[in-house]
Order: sequence, then structure tokens, then C-alpha cells
Amino acid sequence: MDFDSVRLTDVSRHFGRRRALSRISLTVRTGDIVGLLGPNGAGKSTLIGVLATLVNPTGGDVRYGQHTAREAGPGLRQRIGLLAHELHLYPELTARQNLTFFAELYGLDARTTIVAALERAALTDRADDPVLGFSRGMRQRLGLERALLHGPRLVLLDEPFTGLDDGSVGAACDRLRQLAAAGAIVIVATHDLDLADGLVTRVALLRDGRLLSDEPAVTGLRARYRSVVGHV
Amino acid sequence: MFFRTALLVLRKDFAIEIKSFELVSTTLFFAVGCVVVFAFALVSFAGEAAAAGRKPEDAAAAILWIALLFAGTLALGRTFERERYGETIRALLLAPAPRPALYVGKLLGILCLLGLTELLLVPLIALLFNAPLLTQLTLLLPLLVFGTVGFAAVGTLFAAMLMRARTRDVMLPILLYPITIPVIIAGVRGTSALLTSPRDEPTAIMWLAILVCFDVVFVTLSLWTFEPLMTE
Amino acid sequence: MKKLFVPLTIVTAALFAYAPVAIAGAPYESTMLLVQKIFYFHVPSWMGMYSAIAVCGGASAVHLFKNRPAADRLAVSAAELAVMFGAIGLVTGPLWGRKAWGVWWSWDVRTDMAFLMWLVFVAYLLVRTYGGPGSDKLAAAMGLFGTAVSPFVYVSVNIWRTVHPLNTVVPELIGGSMPGAGLPFAVSSFAFLLLFALLLALRVNLASRQAVLDELYLAEEDGAA
Repeated sequence: MDFDSVRLTDVSRHFGRRRALSRISLTVRTGDIVGLLGPNGAGKSTLIGVLATLVNPTGGDVRYGQHTAREAGPGLRQRIGLLAHELHLYPELTARQNLTFFAELYGLDARTTIVAALERAALTDRADDPVLGFSRGMRQRLGLERALLHGPRLVLLDEPFTGLDDGSVGAACDRLRQLAAAGAIVIVATHDLDLADGLVTRVALLRDGRLLSDEPAVTGLRARYRSVVGHV
Repeated sequence: MFFRTALLVLRKDFAIEIKSFELVSTTLFFAVGCVVVFAFALVSFAGEAAAAGRKPEDAAAAILWIALLFAGTLALGRTFERERYGETIRALLLAPAPRPALYVGKLLGILCLLGLTELLLVPLIALLFNAPLLTQLTLLLPLLVFGTVGFAAVGTLFAAMLMRARTRDVMLPILLYPITIPVIIAGVRGTSALLTSPRDEPTAIMWLAILVCFDVVFVTLSLWTFEPLMTE
Repeated sequence: MKKLFVPLTIVTAALFAYAPVAIAGAPYESTMLLVQKIFYFHVPSWMGMYSAIAVCGGASAVHLFKNRPAADRLAVSAAELAVMFGAIGLVTGPLWGRKAWGVWWSWDVRTDMAFLMWLVFVAYLLVRTYGGPGSDKLAAAMGLFGTAVSPFVYVSVNIWRTVHPLNTVVPELIGGSMPGAGLPFAVSSFAFLLLFALLLALRVNLASRQAVLDELYLAEEDGAA
């Protein structure tokens, strides 16, 4: 099961009286690096959850290619990768054990994929140390590789760069550009405008659950953000 | 795919546990503590109890199952705390594996832990109360197995669904205990029947039958309801 | 349903007005005399509770698997009524028991089962209130599991009671051993069941209004954009 675009049509999600997402319509295609930008509470994380099929929208639908998540079944999840702020790693296990577990869970050949992943994360020499002892940057690199182990088509990142040093951020951005060039759909939710500025090819501006604008990225992102979203 | 996933989850939990044995040692010690507290609180020595009409074998059976209940409740909470820590539960739910397989994997883990606890408690209680538990293993073992499965089946589901709730620590016993009362009744009465002299085999077998029915119904219900409860 | 509401309310009020008359006219039970007459309100309140439990269990299952907010509203209304009717039963029961045969609690199978089921639905309301976001699904699971466990509770408590040596006295009144008890019992039962239906309708209506209000708030926010 594969797809080359994801289309959201009028997607809404509310929790009682609180509206998290309000009629969002958006289409993303392979090769896009989409920045979901907006202030805290704009609904970025909820939208990522909806895209990952972990949160059911209360209105509208999400189509991966031609199919909704329900029609596509569990095979759809093989094509989705998620990295959120918490990084989804077991702190007691070593880097290698974490990667092995997820590789086997996705039905991959553990040995070859893990060696490559560890290399890309520059963690080959620390592979057998527990993740508990890693710095934030190391964990983030490992988390990113874990999310990408199965070569997903749709790569979802929710504030993955918070607290990272400059070098790590640069390396991660390169990785994302490579992915998009290879045909992935990359969606990054962040409130870090400087990061987004150099990285994204398209920008979706959210506030209060509403999509204010969906446009190609231009230089001067911060000014554009301020004019559309305003000082909240 | 289903059982492979369940076994992968189980193996992963083992791998985490053997690093520190934190869950096993604290659960075992807590269970022993429970037994001691209840012994001092509830049981008078043979003479007084016989005079008051209370049978000592009732106490042994009751204390065994109550200690399991309390230790099991704590263990359930902490097992899922491990999945909550790095939001790894999201990563697990996102895997293409069928979601009930995750439930089964966690259930097997809890069953192993409670089985270890029973291995410790049964000889201990046999010793402390001069209760002929160890001679009754042919029927006691099935009672313990099916009783533990019933308790753990509902407990794993409830602990999983409460992961996102704020009051999860106290909510688990509040929800779990009323539902598992039949398991406790059957377990205690069945064990007690085995300890009377002469031992009451037909009664024990009848309680065992009730436990088996309970297990069938509630494992099925839990498998059905796991996915709707874990997706928002 | 709306059209029937007022006539049914009048009927229920009339039944409740007549009930004391019927109850006063019923013959005295031989051992317990006047005290026994609390039975005419005690048993129907349990009937109310069990009806509410059945409704809550079914609605919870529908909400859990089909994700219908209407089913959820029905479930929470039924759970609240289960707790209310159960509380009436739990208060009237010991009052009766104490006066009739000297014990507050008799560990009878019916009393135990009723108490346990009441606890299950109190837990439903607790998780609903304190469970945080998504607690409707958690509560639905509790409602479904609670209703599913009721036969097991009955069987296990029943056998437990007969095997456990006890000294209880629980007369079988509903078996029809008392002629003349039929009319007041029927009047009270009917009155309670009607009351349950009316209160359920009222509470579901209230929940629906709240949902409509939420929708309006959400639409207002959309409009303000």
C-alpha cells in the first residue's frame, strides 16, 4: 500500500467545547517539506495525530492517495513514520536494542537496517549503551532514525528539534532534505521560525485550530508569519 | 503476525526488566509485605480462632488472593508507566501490527510477573499458616492460572486505557476491583475448599469452571475493545 | 416522545399519589407488620436500577464501537439514574432489615449483587468526572464490562452465600405468598419504572441540549474567524 499525496478535506476535531482543529483542508505531495507553523495551542500536534491515524477527526476526512485510513487498513501504518517531542525510545534499553525492537515490529531484516541506521545517526560506537545516558542530541538522532527505519512515505515530526544544538539541527535538516528528495512527504510541526526558514518548501500557518494560509515558502518567513498569524 | 508481535512486545519487556529487575523485586517484596500486614491484622492464633468459629484455612486463602490483587494492581500501573514515559505507546500503536496483539503482549508480561509472585507466595503462605497448599497443586495451579488470567485480562485493558488519564493511579483500582470481584470470590472460595479437611474437590472444580468462563468472556471483550479505547 | 412526556408525568404523579393509599390498604405481613411495607418502594427502586444498568450497558457498547455521541449521552444518563435508584435501594434495604430482623446487612445474594453493581456504576461516574479528556470512552468500557460481569457476580455471590455458613433471614415475599400484596406492588413498580423512563428522557434531553450548546460555541468560533 503506497500513496503519493495526502489530502485533508474539512478536517475538524473538537474535545467538548474546545475546538482543536477547525475545517482544515490541505494537500501534501511527495517531495514536499511542509512546515506546520503556529503559536502554542494552534492545533499542530492534533493535526499530526490525525495524519498519523492516531487521532480520529470528528469531521471531514483524510485520504492517503485514494483511500481513507479505515479503507487502507493496518498496512497504511507501514508507510507512516512519526517522531514527536518525547522521542519514543525506551530509556532502559540500548540504542541497538531499541532499533532492533522496532525493526522487528515492522517486519524488517533487523541486522542490515540497524547497522545502516546507527551509522546515519553517528551512534555506532555508542550502540550498546543505554539510551538513558545519551544527550538530548544523541537521543534525537536515534529517535529520528528509529522513525525512519521502515522507509516511510509520510514522515511526521512534531517539535523534534527543541533543545538541540546547532550542529544536530543542521544534520537533521540535511537528513530531511534527503528524504524529500527521495520521494517522501515530510511534515514538520514547529514553532521555531528560524529552523523552518531554511528547511521547508511549503508553509501552513495555523492559529486556534484554523488554517490561515497554505503557501510556498519564501525568504523572510518570520515577517510573513507575523503578518498572517499576528502577535498572539 | 499477531503472535509474533505479542512475543516481540513480551521479549522487549523482558529485556527492559533484566536490566534492573525493578518491577520484579519491588512487586515480590510488596506482596510479601501485604501477606505480613494481613496476617497480623486478620489472623488470631489457632485456639482463639477456633473458639470464635473462624476457620484458619479461610485466612490463608484470602490473604493469598488479596496480596495478589494488590501487588497485581501496582504492577499493572507501573508496566504501563514504562510505555507512557517516552510516549512509546504511540510508536507501538503506529506500527502496522494489529493492536490487540499489543494487548496480548502486555498481558503475557503481567502474567509472567504475577506467576513469579505466586511462586513465592504459595510456599510462603503454606509455611506461615501451616496450610497444606503445596499438596493441592493439581487443583490449586489451575485455580491460580485461570484466576490470574481473569484479573490480568481486565487489568491490562483498564491500565492501558487509563494511561492518558490524569488520575490513573487511583482510577485503576476503582474500576478494576468491582469487575474482578467474581475472580476473587472464586479464587478464595476455591482455594479455601482445597484447604478444608477433608478437602472439597467438587466445590473447587465448580469455582474453577466459573473462572474459566470468566476468562473466556473477558479476554474476548478486552481484545474487542482494546483498539477503540486506545485511539482517540 | 415529547408529546407523551406530559401525559406520562401526570400518570406517574397519579400513581405515586395513589401508591401510599394502596400500600396502606395492603394486608400486614405476618412477622414484620408495618415495617415490611417499605418493600413496596424498596424492590421497585432495584427494578429501576437494573433497568438503568441494562440501558447503560447497551448504550456503552454502541458508543464504544460505533462512536455515537447520542449513545454516550444515553449511557451517562442511565448510569446516573442507576446510582440514584441504587442509593434509594441501599438506604431502604438496611432500614428494613434492621427493623425487621435485627441486622443492618444480611449478606444475601440479592443485596450483595445490588451493592456491587451500584459500586460499578459509581465507578463509571467517577471515571467520567475525573478521567480527563476522552473519559467518555473509558466510562463506556466500564459500563460495558460492568454489565457483562453481572451474571458472574450473581453466580459467584450466590454460591458463595450458600457455601459460607451464615445466619440470615430473608423471606421470599415476591414469590406471591401474600395475597393482597399484588396491587400495591404493581402500582409502585409501574410508578417507579415510569419515573425511570421519564427521568431518563429528561436527563438525555439535558445532555442533548448541552451538546447543541457545544456545537453552537464551536460554530460561533468558526463564524468569528
